[in-house]
Amino acid sequence: MVNENLVKDVVKEPYKYGFVTDIETEKIEKGLNEDIIKLISQKKEEPKFLLDFRLKAFKKWQKMKEPNWAALGYKKIDYQDIIYYSAPKQKEKISSLDEVDPKLLETFDKLGIPLTEQKKLTNVAVDAVFDSVSIATTFREELAKHGVIFCSISEAVKNHADLIEKYLGTVVPASDNYFAALNSAVFSDGSFVYIPKGVTCPMDLSSYFRINSGDSGQFERTLIIAEESSSVSYLEGCTAPMFDTNTLHAAVVELIALDDASIKYSTVQNWYAGDEEGIGGIFNFVTKRGKCLGKRSKISWSQVETGSAITWKYPSCLLLGEESIGEFYSVALTNNLQQADTGTKMIHIGPKTKSTIVSKGISAGNSKNSYRGLVKMGTKATGSRNYSQCDSMLIGDQASANTFPYIKSQQPNSEIEHEASTCRISEDQLFYLQSRGIEFEEAVSMMVSGFCRDVFNQLPMEFAAEADKLLALKLEGSVG
Amino acid sequence: MKESDPILEIENLSASTDNLPILKGVSLTVYPGEIHAIMGRNGCGKSTLSKIIAGHPSYNITNGDIKFLGENINSLEPEERSQSGIFLGFQYPIEIPGVSNLEFLRVSTNARRKFLNKEELDTFDFEELVKEKLEIVKMDHAFLSRSVNQGFSGGEKKRNEILQMALLEPKVAILDETDSGLDIDALRIVASGIKKISNAQTGIILITHYQRLLDEIKPNYVHVMSDGQIIKTGESDLALELEEKGYEWTDNFIKET
Repeated sequence: MVNENLVKDVVKEPYKYGFVTDIETEKIEKGLNEDIIKLISQKKEEPKFLLDFRLKAFKKWQKMKEPNWAALGYKKIDYQDIIYYSAPKQKEKISSLDEVDPKLLETFDKLGIPLTEQKKLTNVAVDAVFDSVSIATTFREELAKHGVIFCSISEAVKNHADLIEKYLGTVVPASDNYFAALNSAVFSDGSFVYIPKGVTCPMDLSSYFRINSGDSGQFERTLIIAEESSSVSYLEGCTAPMFDTNTLHAAVVELIALDDASIKYSTVQNWYAGDEEGIGGIFNFVTKRGKCLGKRSKISWSQVETGSAITWKYPSCLLLGEESIGEFYSVALTNNLQQADTGTKMIHIGPKTKSTIVSKGISAGNSKNSYRGLVKMGTKATGSRNYSQCDSMLIGDQASANTFPYIKSQQPNSEIEHEASTCRISEDQLFYLQSRGIEFEEAVSMMVSGFCRDVFNQLPMEFAAEADKLLALKLEGSVG
Repeated sequence: MKESDPILEIENLSASTDNLPILKGVSLTVYPGEIHAIMGRNGCGKSTLSKIIAGHPSYNITNGDIKFLGENINSLEPEERSQSGIFLGFQYPIEIPGVSNLEFLRVSTNARRKFLNKEELDTFDFEELVKEKLEIVKMDHAFLSRSVNQGFSGGEKKRNEILQMALLEPKVAILDETDSGLDIDALRIVASGIKKISNAQTGIILITHYQRLLDEIKPNYVHVMSDGQIIKTGESDLALELEEKGYEWTDNFIKET
């Protein structure tokens, strides 16, 4: 018998980002109504078109119902019991990093994301978002030389209103779904990226999202536009303190790729997952979608999902341009009482479009891990192809894994291929590795990494190492 | 420890799985330089004996002791046994998808080296070492970049086992039906590999059904197992006699005892 307790110990690892930064914050009152939305818009000194966008979204949201089709069970969310705007108090206008509250810099230092000039990461430009606002963005001047715009979305609203007005909500319309509508009404901050024609972004761009308050939601909005023949690799990381209440995170990410452009979007999500009894943790309801508008454009999502109490997330691609390519590579690890319902949608609209889906779900403890994906071939998608591979790995005998593939084809001249498998880390495999001198924990970790290899290979180098370490951490036990 | 002291001593060992007794008092002592063969029908407990020596968690030792280099190892974890120099060559080597064979071999080798207070090898130094050892089993370098045993033929899996043995340089190796599923050429390669790795300081236990492996590697002792016990021990000619007369002949020993 594999020692069940040992397996349980191995998948238990204390959350090391659970600290709270003690900082004075400006919060508005709880609840959601038109006045609150006007207040948010006013605080952010937004143009009228954006306030209208928010109010329209709010009207739609009020008429919508919270979806319940996902294989998730959670306590009803009271949307009037949430604070929709929370920002650390600091001087009105910050012109340099020297004016950022040292406590905030310290916080990001602790998270491994140093922002100051001396310590900032080389080769990666970072936009650091704390609760509802962006704190700092590094390497801006450097990027500006190449014409790349990388700033908080609030700044973009002020300085590049034309681009925002042109593209915001064109990939994920406010009426898309319940959580997207909510986000459209109340989104606070997030990142904005614009890569001009023919430019290969000289460094990776990265946003780091930190939730600090226990009672406010985080609603960030990210918009990335890649003009003709440009390319960019974007990384996203997230953590939150440990609270015994649930915090709502409802983000929207929109990507737009024009002719021959390519966007690679990688996420390592490590929100607080709640404790062993399932108390606390982030409710993560996210709408991420990319539009391959141009010919031969390419959008690639890769994600490593290890945190959150609830994950509801389906990064998708709309393949409009001829010969455009969509990719989705995902590792989702759930433990204890975590629940994840995640997957992708590949909507083939243009001819000769191609998509690849590789999903790896790992469930340990009493957790529940579902893959849900849609592959659709439209009437014009002649000669299009999809390949999907969905593998689940179970650790212990209490965890569950589901695969829900939806396939719709209106085009006989297209190919859809779906493979799925479920495996358990077997006693024989563990014994084999152990009988070669490899410790139990390392054996489990080796097999999990092996299982995820296809996805890790897709991550940018620094991220792959981090992801491997993160999984190993989550799987490393309190033993020894 | 003196050089003439036994490497492995199994004393009156009984073991069960799910309360079902499998071994019923097995005793066996292996001295340095010795080769022992264990033969017997399917289900007689040969494979179980090998797994218990390696520390498989599915079996409980109900009585008796296993001593390795004079120390009782009944309660050691499988990895501790491997690190200290016990090697089990699997009858059915396990496939581990996604884990590169090279990395597996390196981690495994370093675990043993660490125990021996030898320097652990980085990827480059290990490549050198493994290249040398591949020669012994005439394996192609391409096997290293594949997942552990995945998609290997029966013969390739067995050669991979002997490659592991060559890297780990164990004090005692128990080879469970390493000859099964091998054609004659592969059998010769595996047998000559085993001979190259073993020396006057190591002990070998060959578990087999067939004489043909024993033609290549001549054992000092042959033990016949039946129903969880060793019912007869002889020298290498016992295997020939067994080949000639079949296991039915050994049934008489049970009646006698």
